[in-house]
Amino acid sequence: MDALTPSLLEVKNIKQAYHKEAATDFVVLDNVDVSIKSGEIVGLLGRSGSGKSTLLRIVAGLLKPTAGHVIWRGAELTGPAEGVAMVFQSFALFPWLTVQENVELGLEAQGVPRAEREKRAEDAIDLIGLGGYESAYPKEMSGGMRQRVGLARALVVHPDLLLMDEPFSALDVLTAETLRTDLIDLWMDGKLPVKSVLMVTHNIEEAVLMCDRILVFSSNPGRVAQELQVPFPHPRNRHDSAFRKFVDDIYALMTRRATSVPAPTAGGTAEEAPVLETMHALHPVSTNLMAGLIETLAGEPYRGRADLPPLAGALQLELDELLPLGETLALLHFAELEEGDIKLTESGREFATAETDTRKELFAAALRRHVKLAATIRGVLDERWNHRASAVRFRDELEDHMSPSYAEDTLRALISWGRFAELFNYDEEADQFFLEQDDA
Amino acid sequence: MSETTVRAHDTNTASVRRLPNAFDLVAFAFIAAGLIVVAHAARHTFVPLEVPKTAPIHLDPAYLPGYALRTVMRMFAALAASLAFTFIYSTFAAKSRRASMVLVPILDILQSLPIFGFLTFTVTFFLGLFPGQVIGAELAVVFVIFTSQAWNMAFSMYQSLTTLPADLEEATSCFGLSAWQRFWRLEVPYAIPGLVWNMMMSMSGGWFMLVASEAVTVGNTSFQLPGIGSYIATALDAKDIHAVFFAILAMLLVILAYDQLLFRPLVAWSGKFRFETTQVDQGDDPWVLALLRRTRLLRFVAGGLGSIFFAVTGLRLRGKARRRKTEHPVSSRATDLVFYGLLAAIMIWSAFRIVGFCLGAHLILGDVGTAVLMGVFTMIRVIVLMTLATLLWVPVGVAIGLRPRWARAMGAAAQFLAAFPANLFYPIFVVLIVRFALNPDIWLTPLIILGTQWYIAFNVIAGAAAFPGDLQEAAKNFRVGGLLWWRRVILPGIFPYFVTGAITASGGSWNASLLAETATWGTTTLHAHGLGAYIQDATTRGDSARVLLGMVVMAAFVLTFNRLVWRPMYAFSSRRLRL
Repeated sequence: MDALTPSLLEVKNIKQAYHKEAATDFVVLDNVDVSIKSGEIVGLLGRSGSGKSTLLRIVAGLLKPTAGHVIWRGAELTGPAEGVAMVFQSFALFPWLTVQENVELGLEAQGVPRAEREKRAEDAIDLIGLGGYESAYPKEMSGGMRQRVGLARALVVHPDLLLMDEPFSALDVLTAETLRTDLIDLWMDGKLPVKSVLMVTHNIEEAVLMCDRILVFSSNPGRVAQELQVPFPHPRNRHDSAFRKFVDDIYALMTRRATSVPAPTAGGTAEEAPVLETMHALHPVSTNLMAGLIETLAGEPYRGRADLPPLAGALQLELDELLPLGETLALLHFAELEEGDIKLTESGREFATAETDTRKELFAAALRRHVKLAATIRGVLDERWNHRASAVRFRDELEDHMSPSYAEDTLRALISWGRFAELFNYDEEADQFFLEQDDA
Repeated sequence: MSETTVRAHDTNTASVRRLPNAFDLVAFAFIAAGLIVVAHAARHTFVPLEVPKTAPIHLDPAYLPGYALRTVMRMFAALAASLAFTFIYSTFAAKSRRASMVLVPILDILQSLPIFGFLTFTVTFFLGLFPGQVIGAELAVVFVIFTSQAWNMAFSMYQSLTTLPADLEEATSCFGLSAWQRFWRLEVPYAIPGLVWNMMMSMSGGWFMLVASEAVTVGNTSFQLPGIGSYIATALDAKDIHAVFFAILAMLLVILAYDQLLFRPLVAWSGKFRFETTQVDQGDDPWVLALLRRTRLLRFVAGGLGSIFFAVTGLRLRGKARRRKTEHPVSSRATDLVFYGLLAAIMIWSAFRIVGFCLGAHLILGDVGTAVLMGVFTMIRVIVLMTLATLLWVPVGVAIGLRPRWARAMGAAAQFLAAFPANLFYPIFVVLIVRFALNPDIWLTPLIILGTQWYIAFNVIAGAAAFPGDLQEAAKNFRVGGLLWWRRVILPGIFPYFVTGAITASGGSWNASLLAETATWGTTTLHAHGLGAYIQDATTRGDSARVLLGMVVMAAFVLTFNRLVWRPMYAFSSRRLRL
């Protein structure tokens, strides 16, 4: 891509925020700049909640950003962009339309005459390898085939820019791999009627396998943390050592980001730090998983320390599943994350060898010490004569600092952890925290 | 069948909304004032009422097929009107944030309002529009049926429109579908399963009204439109029990016919629009659909019509809907001001109408007290009968539902019975009560649940049939039996279904009290104490004020009942007991 090619898409200074009743807005995307040229596949790589899907919707013109500009083919975008087609994570096929009718949808919207519509739809269906399935309904097909329909539907309108929102994450490993390679083959042969592709993914290998350029997103708020050119020619080999090294480096990059976020900012006073921690979003990670990971790390062959990418492979976890788990252990000081490695701490080792009751005590102690909100809830319950407190005030407080769905996740995590630690209990019917008689 | 019932759950959520708010009050006042206006207009036309000349009704059964046909035509005219209303009203309510604040409460109240009590006024109103013409009377009857069909259909559609899957919505805007295309490609198809289900429910409600509305007496004049309803009315006057039986037979055949010819195929067809990504076994095609698919000529015609429809609904019209969503929609202050101003104006106008009306009709607090007392009587009836129906149908329904073969047979039968207008059976009860000199206050009571008990039966059967096999096996494995099995296993399992059925049955019973608390056989009129009888008596006297009062009180009772009893139960069951 020579530097003189004008950009197909320019995203400038995008900011996206949830409006809150309280003074603070919850910022999902902050100060994001992206530019896409003709002929490249660009990947947006990040954890869930880093706002990358939101950015994709802003680019598609489905969502109006709070601030900033989207310049599409040289003009400011004001509505759903023409010449942009999207492939959805959930496929978004209409169950009452046949494959043919689903694929024709975009053409029908453009008012393309029927004969031409049918011809083009058939071509797209053949291209994507679904010839013969024209009259089938989506519910008769497997996930992989459905996503092929989704692709055909996007390609048939000959978009300049193809947007893909985690297109393979709802598929099983084998199906996803086939579809990826098929897509790259078509791209390399110049058979895809598109100029550029912008795809969102949380799968590092997928990004390195498919993209020419990767934008690594940091979370909370979402920002472009790093821009990487992928130097390998297609077809790429996952087992190539340079490829592995590249993947490892991104892992390290992303874990470094992740651990550096909760650290108090320079200049913050001692009083401010705990407040920040109180309102930090928690991942609803089950205590079973935490115990499982601690035990695994403590045992052979890891002996307390593991490299994340092979660990993820061995446990058959996605990065998106392993990282929250590791971060939660780090938050509770059962483990440390550094440079793509996870390392058990002393209390982590103690937890690994303990019996159930001792584990509960250790966990309760860690919760009280390191999760401010858990300590606050317990404190409030201890003070109340009936040892009950409505969850509403805690939820409200959380929602002042994060989006409602994060607040809900955080609260769910707290309830589950509090129950395991027998620190407090929760009455769903009344939406109240309470203490069991013998705990009080 | 169980799938359609589950779907009905979802569509019923709308009728059990949040607690009352200011908009409910506005809606309530607005509707009351609207009724007053109609009643007022109708009174003006009372005197020079020109009743259209209609042929006398013959009790010879040979006339019945013709009557049945005319009755069915009215029915479908009303259904078509309801469908049109549903499309427009629901779309408007779902698309406009401001409109929905008022339109949804209005729908909720209209749903609980026994518009049937207003029959005489609507009839005179329509006769006044077309003096001396049959069309006026026909329209009046169609309108009455419409009022019994439209509301739940509109609710169902509104519910669907507000729960459209986000990814499909995004796909339609991403591919640039116009509003018209979006409506026919996304919104209507998504709403179809719920809509078809509610159309079936509406049909049963419609028959109930229809049978009672074809023969109307307004003051000293009365008119009859040829149909099964007026046939029955004539038979009652003539004390001709044979004719009553013939009418019941004709009705049975009519319902059997449209159930087999229309609704079975329609339900099977609507399975295509169910929003599931996995394929479910939908059972065999009903024979009509199978025939349609097999016959070459019919298929050709249907296919042709289908592709014309597909082409028309695929037209772009009005260009593209170019709009982006914003995370925090900024509402225009000025428009808000106009909107709330308008609401306030409506509220003031309504209050004036209501106060003026009460003063003019000498309605005093004592009248309200009487109406409320009557309401309490009717409420006791409803509660007692709901309890009895529950005690009967829960065990029976569970027994049937857990035997798949029975469940299939009985499910179809119960659906059929629910569609049958129970008021056709009233004369038989009256004859028995008169013959044995029974107390009408007690013995007329079962009539109000005669038609509505089926909703309970048929939902319980569906619930038991859908009860997971592994849970049944687990219960057997641990030897959970007797009372414990009922308490811990099956009752929680069927509870959500039961609540759905009970909501419908309870609302229907209130409305049925209008017909069930007074009953006539020849010159004998039986009379029970209750709000239904209160409204009917006021109607006979031409006392519009008390008719209105009775209706409003009844709507208030039904709404309160829904909000205080059914809504919490429904919320509980969907939170805790949904499998």
